[in-house]
Amino acid sequence: MTLLEIHEPGETPLPHAGEDSLAVGIDLGTTNSVVAIAREGKPAALHDETGRALVPSVVAYPAVGGVLVGDEARLLAATEPKNVVSSIKRLMGRGAADLHAVAGVLPYEIEAGTGQIDMVKLRIGGKPRSPVEVSAEILKALRIRAEEALEKPVERAVITVPAYFDDAARTATRDAARVAGLEVLRLVNEPTAAALAYGLDKGAEGLYAVYDLGGGTFDFSLLRLEKGVFQVLATGGDTALGGDDFDRAVAERLLAERKKDGIADRVDETAVKAALALGRQMKEQLSDRDQTSGRLEIAGTPSFHALALADFEAMIAAYVARTLEISRRVLADAGMDAREINGVVLVGGSTRVPLVRAKVAEMIGKPPLTDIDPDEVVALGAALQAEALTGGGDTLLLDVTPLSLGIETMGGIVEKIVPRNTPIPVQLAQDFTTYQDGQSAMAIHVVQGEREMVADCRSLARFELLGIPPMTAGAARIRVTFAVDADGLLTVSAEERTTGAAQRVEVKPSYGLSHDDMADMLYDSMDNAEADMTLRLLTEARVEAKRSVLALDAALANDGSLLSAEERGAIDTARERLEAVVAGDSRDEINAAAEALEAVVKPFAERRMDRGIREALSGMSVGELEGRVGE
Amino acid sequence: MDHFARLGLPAALDIEAAALDKAYFALQRRWHPDRFVAKPPEERARASVEAAALNDAYRTLKDPLSRAVYLAELNGVKLPGDGKTIDDPDLLTEVMDAREELHEASSVAEVDALAKFAREDLEKGLLDLGRLFLANDRGAIKKALLRLRYLDKFAEEARARRTNLERSKK
Repeated sequence: MTLLEIHEPGETPLPHAGEDSLAVGIDLGTTNSVVAIAREGKPAALHDETGRALVPSVVAYPAVGGVLVGDEARLLAATEPKNVVSSIKRLMGRGAADLHAVAGVLPYEIEAGTGQIDMVKLRIGGKPRSPVEVSAEILKALRIRAEEALEKPVERAVITVPAYFDDAARTATRDAARVAGLEVLRLVNEPTAAALAYGLDKGAEGLYAVYDLGGGTFDFSLLRLEKGVFQVLATGGDTALGGDDFDRAVAERLLAERKKDGIADRVDETAVKAALALGRQMKEQLSDRDQTSGRLEIAGTPSFHALALADFEAMIAAYVARTLEISRRVLADAGMDAREINGVVLVGGSTRVPLVRAKVAEMIGKPPLTDIDPDEVVALGAALQAEALTGGGDTLLLDVTPLSLGIETMGGIVEKIVPRNTPIPVQLAQDFTTYQDGQSAMAIHVVQGEREMVADCRSLARFELLGIPPMTAGAARIRVTFAVDADGLLTVSAEERTTGAAQRVEVKPSYGLSHDDMADMLYDSMDNAEADMTLRLLTEARVEAKRSVLALDAALANDGSLLSAEERGAIDTARERLEAVVAGDSRDEINAAAEALEAVVKPFAERRMDRGIREALSGMSVGELEGRVGE
Repeated sequence: MDHFARLGLPAALDIEAAALDKAYFALQRRWHPDRFVAKPPEERARASVEAAALNDAYRTLKDPLSRAVYLAELNGVKLPGDGKTIDDPDLLTEVMDAREELHEASSVAEVDALAKFAREDLEKGLLDLGRLFLANDRGAIKKALLRLRYLDKFAEEARARRTNLERSKK
């Protein structure tokens, strides 16, 4: 039943609460951030007094006090490098285990003792600060910029994240917004936002790819755009690959050239920052010329460097090749051919690099789309979505999970419950059972990744389901349910079906992927699929063999009297043979030994069944029977 | 409510991709959580459950093989879980032979040929299913589906093998 609202004549009811405050779109980038607003379907980035839309994602805590964000913060890097933070996005949701991934990229001092069970903290200006706090400063600055430009309070936002951001990084982003006084209407994946901007603003329809190479992350997504529906078909990426890697490659070369010229630098924070700054400048210049040069000064000693486009391209070729490999995997996941794509949208400042453009064009067989400024397109899309969410638009955005989610089963095998590229929100369940007679608890280990073995995937959470009533192995039914919401956040619950014993856990991992884990998960999964499968089959054979030995032992303990000495001897021999080969690496030998054991056990199993039936018929209660079996 | 009913489609093997998309999009327009951002929590929760169920239905029915497996299960055909041992001796021999061939294939072209063969076999098998469903021959349906499931897996393994070969070539 709908309740009718009565209004005074002439007064139009507000369709939504908080209409006085506006909802903006924010692209919180590794290198630069942008805030935008959409009105009546027209998005626009908000500029500062000098007409710039990009706010460098740099935060400074000057010695004199206060906080600076953007260009002003960047200026302070020359005089107070220890008080300036950039590329903080790379540390969102990350723990100590991830630090070697960013070592050398981010010359930060890490607060000792952090990151073991929580997110790392940085020591900036003599104080520990978390990535959430630092990101919140950027969001606050964007919010103030928007409020000044719009002359209205801004309290709600759609914030974009890389499609490949995991649970920890998404949660950290939400937390940062809260600290900045912004309600997050929705976290939207960056490539999806870019597609939204093209689809809504340029009326694009058909199959589109978004190639998003930012400062620190790479995403490739495939979408179908049709009459206001934005359906993500598949997505893939790498959260530790981007333009920063190009800068670093150039910086390393600059420092090496100085060394070759006999300059003995102490390669400290200041030296690295200076080399990175020049590296970045030279990279940008090579976007529209074949040759560039620059001057680097470290500790008062200057040096002069030249860089040809061809050399630069050779230095970054491996990174670009990696993006293409990921892109091809995404196409294969969607069962699409590159030629079916109607257009490819370029997003991120790093797509200004000519080699990147040329390689993308070559893969798709079409020149990429760049009508919308690649630095602004994500924020524009976010602004459109913010308008749709608050003003009620007809746009439908259907996104997917970027990585498979599953749990650990016997032998360290991953049982995938939500495969990657499943549309969200989604709730999927699978039933598991106990491994041993009388097992009263089950450990649930939640993992994320594409590999077959737990050790190769990322651990998200562990919890235990307790209070499973005593039953024979394999009799309990434990239902594990994975729910992923529209923001891509996961909740896992487990329940024993016969008794209703339930445990629920919100998966909120405290820290993120290490670089090695990431490389394995995002990049090597196809590469290793074959070896993984072999190992999985071997492990399954071992688990199966151990299970039959356990079952046999239980049966022998109860009904051993049904066997003659000769039969017992044959069974023992087959059993020993199986135990011996289980330790080896041959799946065929294990299977053969398991079959041999099964053959000699078969008559015994039949006799046991007969006895069971006779006993049941002779009036023994089911409870008594179960008691015997469970002994 | 079964997946077909949820999407307002007949419980059938043949469903046109366009009809499935149309039904799915229309219902998501109504239930997607984005439509409920400004609504009270209980309405938001309800929408989330509906949208999740729609996604599950869509995902299951979109792929012809998973649709066939689902329909068979609705019709009382019990299939062993994915990845369980194969107990059909003919299929076991076929699987082992094919795996060996794939393992020995040393060029991308050979792998592609094997994958193409498997895919064609899969497509043909899917077409044949219609007849088995009409006759409601549960044993034959089960046997056919197990074989199709293997072919589908084989195509996936061929893809992995292909990637490996391409990489080692470089």
